[in-house]
Amino acid sequence: MYSTKIVKAENSSAAVQAIGSSKEGKILAGGMTLIPTLKQRLANPDCLIDISGCGLEGVEDKGSSVRIGAMTKHAAVAESSLVAKAIPALADLAGGIGDRQVRNRGTLGGSVANNDPAACYPSAVMALDGTVHTNKRDISADDFFKGMFETALEEDEVIEAVSFKKPEKACYMKFPNPASRYAMVGVFVAKFSDGVRVAVTGAGEEGVFRHSDLESALSSNFSEEAVSGVEVSSDGLMSDIHASADYRANLIGEMTKRAVSS
Amino acid sequence: MSEGIGASVKRKEDRKFLTGKGRYTDDINRPGQVHAHFLRSDVAHANIKSINTKAASAAAGVVAVYTGEDIDVGGPICGWVVPNRDGSATHEPPHPLLAKGKVRFVGDAVAVVIAESLQQAKSASELVEVEYEELPAVVDLETASAGAEIHEGMAENRYFDWELGDEEATDKALKSASRVVKLTVRNNRLVPNPMEPRAALAEYDDLNDSYTLYTTSQSPHLTRLVLAAFMFQIPESKIRVVAPDVGGGFGAKIYVYVEEAVCTWASKKIKRPIKWTADRTQAFLTDAHGRDHINNVQLALDSNNKIIGLRVDTLANLGGYLSAFAVAVPTYLHGTLLSGLYDIPAIYTNVKGYATTTTPVDAYRGAGRPEATYLLERVIDQAAREVGMDQAEFRRLNFIPKDAFPYQTAVALQYDTGDYEPALDKAMEMIDYKNFESRRSEASKRGKYRGIGVSSYIEACGIAPSAVAGALGGRVGGWESASVRVDPTGTITVTTGAHSHGQGHATTFAQIVTEKLGVPNSSVELVHGDSDRSPFGMGTYGSRSLAVGGVAISKALDKVIEKSKKIAAHLMEASADDVEFKEGKFTVSGTDKETAFGEVALAAYVPHNYPLETLEPGLEETAFYDPMNFTYPAGTHIAEVEVDPTTGVVEIVDWAACDDFGNLINPMIVEGQVHGGIAQGIGQALLENAHYDENGQLLTASYMDYCMPRADDLPSFKVECTNTPCTHNDLGVKGCGEAGAIASPPALINAIINALSPLGVSDMSMPATPETVWRAIQNAQARAAE
Repeated sequence: MYSTKIVKAENSSAAVQAIGSSKEGKILAGGMTLIPTLKQRLANPDCLIDISGCGLEGVEDKGSSVRIGAMTKHAAVAESSLVAKAIPALADLAGGIGDRQVRNRGTLGGSVANNDPAACYPSAVMALDGTVHTNKRDISADDFFKGMFETALEEDEVIEAVSFKKPEKACYMKFPNPASRYAMVGVFVAKFSDGVRVAVTGAGEEGVFRHSDLESALSSNFSEEAVSGVEVSSDGLMSDIHASADYRANLIGEMTKRAVSS
Repeated sequence: MSEGIGASVKRKEDRKFLTGKGRYTDDINRPGQVHAHFLRSDVAHANIKSINTKAASAAAGVVAVYTGEDIDVGGPICGWVVPNRDGSATHEPPHPLLAKGKVRFVGDAVAVVIAESLQQAKSASELVEVEYEELPAVVDLETASAGAEIHEGMAENRYFDWELGDEEATDKALKSASRVVKLTVRNNRLVPNPMEPRAALAEYDDLNDSYTLYTTSQSPHLTRLVLAAFMFQIPESKIRVVAPDVGGGFGAKIYVYVEEAVCTWASKKIKRPIKWTADRTQAFLTDAHGRDHINNVQLALDSNNKIIGLRVDTLANLGGYLSAFAVAVPTYLHGTLLSGLYDIPAIYTNVKGYATTTTPVDAYRGAGRPEATYLLERVIDQAAREVGMDQAEFRRLNFIPKDAFPYQTAVALQYDTGDYEPALDKAMEMIDYKNFESRRSEASKRGKYRGIGVSSYIEACGIAPSAVAGALGGRVGGWESASVRVDPTGTITVTTGAHSHGQGHATTFAQIVTEKLGVPNSSVELVHGDSDRSPFGMGTYGSRSLAVGGVAISKALDKVIEKSKKIAAHLMEASADDVEFKEGKFTVSGTDKETAFGEVALAAYVPHNYPLETLEPGLEETAFYDPMNFTYPAGTHIAEVEVDPTTGVVEIVDWAACDDFGNLINPMIVEGQVHGGIAQGIGQALLENAHYDENGQLLTASYMDYCMPRADDLPSFKVECTNTPCTHNDLGVKGCGEAGAIASPPALINAIINALSPLGVSDMSMPATPETVWRAIQNAQARAAE
């Protein structure tokens, strides 16, 4: 690791200010990606802005949605009785991220801001018609994720919370990469009164995406048979040493079926 | 409870390890210590046009920067060579301590930067400018054998081209066979991944012109010998090598690597202690890898389904340099095992070892024997399928019969003893083999394909009878030493040349002492891992610690008992011939005279009443033991799996292992060794693979991409033993460390093929990842639809 300095921000505007006054400052949330990157000397920020003291933790019931603070740890979401009651699939997803150590450090905001193509959370934000609340504005999920490791966040923008709409029914099915246990394919299916949203992570060359064919099939007939009727294309899916695009396409179908029938 | 031979005594060493109190090389610090960081090649194959170390040398905290041009001592040597088919010798290209003129794999050490802190060394190494002229990477055996040049002047890019067995008789058997079963298998390359990465702390003593090296070694005496006699060419007595607690080895810590040697060499240059500890990435890139063979197999059967011949043509990928025992692994640890447990009258094998621009390949748990067992148990399974026989019964038909021992194989080895059917029968009973078909149909109702796979294996352990090893190309002896020091109060200190890095020697070896001398386990201390404190020894590998090192302890104990009887005879005023020793007491037959072992020990050191005219005082004996033959553990493992055809995921639902390790000293430790071995074998069969891209970059260089087995990948194992004691060592023991890793991969792959055979799947490569299995199902279904 190169030597760097750490600034502890008291609120999100102080964090933004600290970024502005550094040359190449980085927000430090849970550090589950950033710290290993620094240890490998793959990044050399002149300043780390620790936002753990910004008061961004906690889960709130907002009626038709659940709002979760950006610095809320995966373990807290997994164990929240409020989340378990309102959107059990979201609690399940959080409880399946990484291992116990990661879940006790890693945060919702960190995961969403990093937009790792194999991360679990982006699929939930997408499928649950989520809104990303920053210090500047509210960004809908469909506008937030801009491709692999890319988001709509601007330089002077910090995620404060994410809201998830309460579905009638939802389920997240992950096929983990056997080595890293990140999603090799993860499918989040959420059924709302006005239709079904299906978000896929781990598979797309551009990161998380909504699968419109599966959504329309399931919106008219929420069943495994409806999924079987959809030919999942491998176009735009990743091929790597762990899985080819057509195997990932197969897994999208299988994980969707399992999510629907669970 | 007994604490002697056969008791499951809890491991004495676990308290310190489980409480984090182990003392590893990296835990040791010396006054004035500095840190080394190696700049490594990031290209697989290139000429080095220039190296500029000026800026790095001037950087903050830097003490010294060295490149290959600065090194004036030799590099790693080859510990085993074989003759080529044409009578010429193995090609042994030089392996400089730091690259000279050329780099030959990603990770090859190009320069070392030594600085006050590790961070300073790392930062300065980024200032070293290396200009490379890139050459084509050579990653796979197909390219390696097609005219690549990695070492100047090495014909056909081949280290050796070796053969064993009777080619004429074998080809005749193949011609006259009623059926020839053909199979090509690839044994996937593995990264050893001991929990503790390699490390070195080297210190030079200016006053005595001597070195001390603390390092992660399975064989500290060999490290000292190689450093002194071959690399530095200084008196061996001027180097002390200490291998303190070592966190696993699996073969990768047998050899002397460049990093340990460079640190030792440089410690004299700068006259300060130098520490180097590999991080996990360096471990992936530079620890000698394992396996990486392609085997073309032909098995000849007669009309009664008896095997009449076997031909195996093997290509071995040995990497950018020839590691110390790289030559032995695919030849004498592989070719000699091709008879398995079967009566095969004619066997021939040819092995060609090639250079590639990848990490050097050497021994990894099992070393050659897993590769031999894998190809053999795969082709046996295929043969049974082709002739329509039950896989277990086909094996039984071809087993070497119980009354045929000692059995001379067609590939040099003579098995002293064995009885293979009881282990097969027991394993079948443990897994309820006879009711398998009902479990298969039950599974199919759930949409799963269930399969059962058998693997019957043999291994040559207790490495090695020196005369045999020497005749076959080994350049070291295969004996082991032990010294037993009885203290005046009757407690015992045992020193051994074997090295424990997870095997539980402190416990197992103490049990031998307890059994023989009748002293409690707690009175026995084991000293190992320090070239200054124990007699010269060969270290730990090849399941040899007990079968060779343990027998040496037993022999030293016999000497102690023999001398003790003479002392006891004097104390009891009897003839030594009449003295008996049992459970720690000396008695005189026909009398009620007795004296305790402790009394004898005290008399030996306080010899007031002692036969000093005829007997030396003191009670300390040393023994060196060189085995007469290898030992031959054998057995049968049976795996049961369920395959989900929608994803290709294989779930291991049951595992039965029945092994014949001869006599057991500590059955609990043996069971633990079997568990660990099976886990590593399952890792090879399902999860692990060192994957290089076409540019020679190791894509699986971290746990994000290289899949190690985890607890939830494994079933509960059923482990039992049979016992035909080894006939040629005092303890009747054979060795158990590698068996699990040898037996398990073919059991698992055979089970997957068995599961999918109703779909027409007849082959499966390792690792059988979900996609590999899914694709095999897709292809079989496509074929069926045609």
